[in-house]
Amino acid sequence: MRIAVASGKGGTGKTTLATSLAWVVAQNGRTIAYVDCDVEEPNGHLFLRPEISEERPIGKTIPYVDLAKCIFCDKCEEICQFNAIACFAKQVLVYPELCHACGGCRLVCPTAAISEKLRETGILQVGRAGGVRFVHGILKVGEPLSPPLITAVKSAVPESDLEIIDAPPGTSCPVIESIRGSDYVLLVTEPTPFGLNDLTLAVEMVKALKLPFGVVINRAGVGVDNVLVYCQENRIEILAEIPDDRKIAEAYSSGNLICESLPEYRPLFESLLARIYLHGPTDLVGRVSTQFTQGSVEQGSKR
Amino acid sequence: MRELVVISGKGGTGKTSIVGAFASLAKRTVLVDCDVDAPDLALIMKPYTLHRENFSGGSKAHIRRTKCTACGTCMDVCRFGAITNDGPANEMVKWTYRVDPIRCEGCGVCSHFCSAGALSFLPVTNGEWYVSSTRFGPMVHAKLGVAQENSGKLVNVVRSEARKIAVEEDIDLVLVDGPPGIGCPVIASITGADLVLVVTEPTLSGLHDLSRVTDLTKHFGIKTMLLINKWDLNREIASELEIFGQQRNVQIVGKVTYDKAMTKAQISEKTIVEYQKDGAAAEVKRAWREVSTAIDDLNSSPLGDLTLPILGKMEPAERKTR
Repeated sequence: MRIAVASGKGGTGKTTLATSLAWVVAQNGRTIAYVDCDVEEPNGHLFLRPEISEERPIGKTIPYVDLAKCIFCDKCEEICQFNAIACFAKQVLVYPELCHACGGCRLVCPTAAISEKLRETGILQVGRAGGVRFVHGILKVGEPLSPPLITAVKSAVPESDLEIIDAPPGTSCPVIESIRGSDYVLLVTEPTPFGLNDLTLAVEMVKALKLPFGVVINRAGVGVDNVLVYCQENRIEILAEIPDDRKIAEAYSSGNLICESLPEYRPLFESLLARIYLHGPTDLVGRVSTQFTQGSVEQGSKR
Repeated sequence: MRELVVISGKGGTGKTSIVGAFASLAKRTVLVDCDVDAPDLALIMKPYTLHRENFSGGSKAHIRRTKCTACGTCMDVCRFGAITNDGPANEMVKWTYRVDPIRCEGCGVCSHFCSAGALSFLPVTNGEWYVSSTRFGPMVHAKLGVAQENSGKLVNVVRSEARKIAVEEDIDLVLVDGPPGIGCPVIASITGADLVLVVTEPTLSGLHDLSRVTDLTKHFGIKTMLLINKWDLNREIASELEIFGQQRNVQIVGKVTYDKAMTKAQISEKTIVEYQKDGAAAEVKRAWREVSTAIDDLNSSPLGDLTLPILGKMEPAERKTR
């Protein structure tokens, strides 16, 4: 089962949640992969502290023009939608940052003057943090396009009972690339006006992608009950509420896993996990210890 | 005219709250929300929209069912896996091809190579942008459509609109609320700006992300300053942030306490400066004095008002007519 942890707003607790969940799953003896798709600002490694066993550069293919063969016909420039190639009287310029690697220029070139070469846009690292299989990508600073690296990160995930995708904030291309193909999406938010506004945008996004999802309210009690009301009105399942506790913020600040450093929160994550499994394949549900399933049902009925 | 862009690397460090507070402290400013993915500045500014415009970041492919001969060329040339052979039948074939609009990157290669003329490639609306009026002056903001791309281009549009307004209305400062991260929309938000203020927090993630975001501003050669929000959350890392600032020659404009008033101000749709007099508000005021001094220093520098072209202007988008 692959679950994605996403949020419209940044800093709502995606990484806190994703890393703690991964840790709990590993503690329970299942195989788990933690996949950090926030390649612009990857933070999961600060909490899981993995040992990296494999590293490789990831790139995108950009055009390379052989001027000896080029007849300066302008066709490459005409097909390019991204203004990444410009044809002049005796020169063809390529702007690698703008290139989306569609390959159109190479295909239209009548003299086969264009070949493609790989340009490094980031690195991919695979490793292990205790029982957690770890994958993340690090985008090269100054490189605007993250989706190709995100795709590479996702394809490097080792086969596991559960895969947790830690998505970047926002609602556009990098997020969509990250959560695509997930069986379930956890939308993390906080009960503030900003949190609710960005949650509604994220809900529209997951609905457009036709993915099943639920909401986790972090820093519950900090603001108002706007998120609760919104979820009830729109029949969105609230999977868990993590209280606004300065201890959590402090543990987070030092790079500690919440479940490990504050064991009193472990039951909360266990019951969240049980609720997530209910949305997964039946074999996962069957293997959930009944204790946790019952716990989550009781919590649900209270609402 | 000067442009100050507030970014953070890591999300949720308080960019929008700080921008809101600065807006209430600046004499005159044009406000810009460049976080077009998740725009929140409007929630405190309560803008009155004067002008609304659709944004098109590019075109998307669409297969006309009646013309498709199911030759499969489009699928062969598409690098984005956007074309599948599961479209409805027509008189010629049982299954036509179909484009997934969310996967479509808008490169147009499929439509170029379709020999049956079945592929249309037309501009799509990806979002909209607004010029509004707020209690602190004009504001330019936008909203990217659901599951749309080209946020970088939309950022360019709102930024250049804000600059235009600043020139027309003779306003000295453009104050930009930037997006999180270091990718496309962030690059579009900072290229050619005069000053970047990074809002960070004393967490391991904050420190890590700060380092990457200052590498980015250095890469583009933009003067960068730092504000430490929630500084008392972890004093040890807060002092590491200060050391980082010294080492990288990044001036720290201030430290703001982890104060629930920040959230309460947001709930009451006010800036922290409007919400309280002392506490975090006083610290933000001090930080603003540092920032405005830095802006004044830029104005008195021998280079004068030399601003680099922004990325949007470098892209020869208007040059082509197709």
